[in-house]
Amino acid sequence: MIELKNVSKWYGEFRVLDDCSMRIAKGEVVVICGPSGSGKSTLIKCMNGLEPFTRGEVTIDGISVGAPDTQLPRLRARIGMVFQNFELFPHMSAAANINLAQLKVLGRDRATAQAKTDELLARMGLADHATKFPAQLSGGQQQRVAIARALAMDPIAMLFDEPTSALDPEMITEVLDVMVGLADEGMTMAVVTHEMGFARKVAHRVVFMDEGAIIEDASTAAFFGTPRSERAQQFLSKILQH
Amino acid sequence: MGSYRWNWPILLADPYYGWIVSGFGNTCLIAVLAWSIAFPLGSAIGIARTTELRPLRLVGTIYVEVFRNIPLLAQMFLWYFVVPELLPQDWGHWVKRDMPYPQFLTSVLCLGLYTASRVAEQVRSGLEAIPRGQHHAGLAMGLTPAQVYRYVRLPVAYRIIIPSLTSDFLGVFKNSSLALTIGVLELTSQARQIEEYTFAAFEAFATATLLYCAVTGIVILAMRQVERRTRIPGTIAIGAQ
Ligand SMILES: Nc1ncnc2c1ncn2[C@@H]1O[C@H](COP(=O)(O)OP(=O)(O)OP(=O)(O)O)[C@@H](O)[C@H]1O
Ligand SMILES: [Mg+2]
Repeated sequence: MIELKNVSKWYGEFRVLDDCSMRIAKGEVVVICGPSGSGKSTLIKCMNGLEPFTRGEVTIDGISVGAPDTQLPRLRARIGMVFQNFELFPHMSAAANINLAQLKVLGRDRATAQAKTDELLARMGLADHATKFPAQLSGGQQQRVAIARALAMDPIAMLFDEPTSALDPEMITEVLDVMVGLADEGMTMAVVTHEMGFARKVAHRVVFMDEGAIIEDASTAAFFGTPRSERAQQFLSKILQH
Repeated sequence: MGSYRWNWPILLADPYYGWIVSGFGNTCLIAVLAWSIAFPLGSAIGIARTTELRPLRLVGTIYVEVFRNIPLLAQMFLWYFVVPELLPQDWGHWVKRDMPYPQFLTSVLCLGLYTASRVAEQVRSGLEAIPRGQHHAGLAMGLTPAQVYRYVRLPVAYRIIIPSLTSDFLGVFKNSSLALTIGVLELTSQARQIEEYTFAAFEAFATATLLYCAVTGIVILAMRQVERRTRIPGTIAIGAQ
């Protein structure tokens, strides 16, 4: 479904991505982890063309993300993305945030969009918060609205970039629960996260990055059993301490 | 002012009352028309300066630097005396002979183009105050870059810059008095004319000042309402800090 082939990216002299290759099959959940600055966000943003890359190829469902004739907006509309800082639009209510792309990108009529929005808000346990604005919601609620906003597009895959790392501990679970639910339904997911409990529970594979390179790409069991690389071992022991 | 002979009633006499009314009308008209050039044009230039397209950014930067750095009075004279000479001959003739209200239209154009450079800077700073993640979130859901501006970035940017846009509008209102240098009978020049005819200098200029202040007050109050109406629930007046 999502395939990266020898993707490299430079910022001037600095190599952010170093020959990265990976595949995410339909229905697969892949967790991407690694130290800060290792290029995880950059990698996941290459998957929907938010970050241009210097070399290599990214394809989604066989469509090349980097090709000049690809209609990126149409491609991105099929891939949901959830950000560390939620990125809800502050001047729109929760419902309006979820409606926007349904109306403007998919061209749904207002009634259809609103029905979808209501259904998703209910599913996220946010039915009572439809008319609230982002600044009136807790972090956990905002992130669930953001997930609903992505799901409203009926995506074929979802990308998550550290969806819980801006949240207070007591709100992390409510967001992770939603993500576990999605994984159980068979959603194709790429998740940048340090939540190893989540990885153990739902990930099929874990990808470990360091200094822009994919150091390890293993099944979840193999990764948590004995990571092959020393750097992954160090990373895991640090992260599992707390 | 012991020996000054007050003569307020003269302002209500013919033709002076009419002069003040028409001067005030011209001032307001110049300001509103200039603003209706400045706001859309300035917005477009401000947006251009934040796009990824280098040629567009360059055009925007040049525009702003040119119009912001030439003194407004010099711009007024350039538009009125110099530009018609530089136009192709037929156009120049038309501007000099046939264009209706030449001084009035020239001052509207001049103030509009100058104020556009100020509006452009406000719009740019408003857009730049919005975190890049918002742009990414818009693109990620399939909006085109233009749609991200339309639905995500501009609505927030304009809210942030309401106070500075208000002072730019008041600026164009005050700057409209420069139109008198090319012979437009706006409020200040009418006050001066009344002074020349009646020697009631204090009365004439005090009235003009009061009218300027009244408009300033009304605009500020109106914009506060706009600010209140568009305030994003849950936030404390963004931009106002
Ligand atoms: N616009 C840029 N110009 C130059 N370097 C950049 C730019 N954006 C990111 N980088 C660098 O690229 C590297 C990878 O950044 P990236 O955000 O992908 O890391 P990350 O793994 O997501 O880190 P974190 O865990 O902190 O989110 C970092 O060293 C960062 O400093
Ligand atoms: Mg990151």
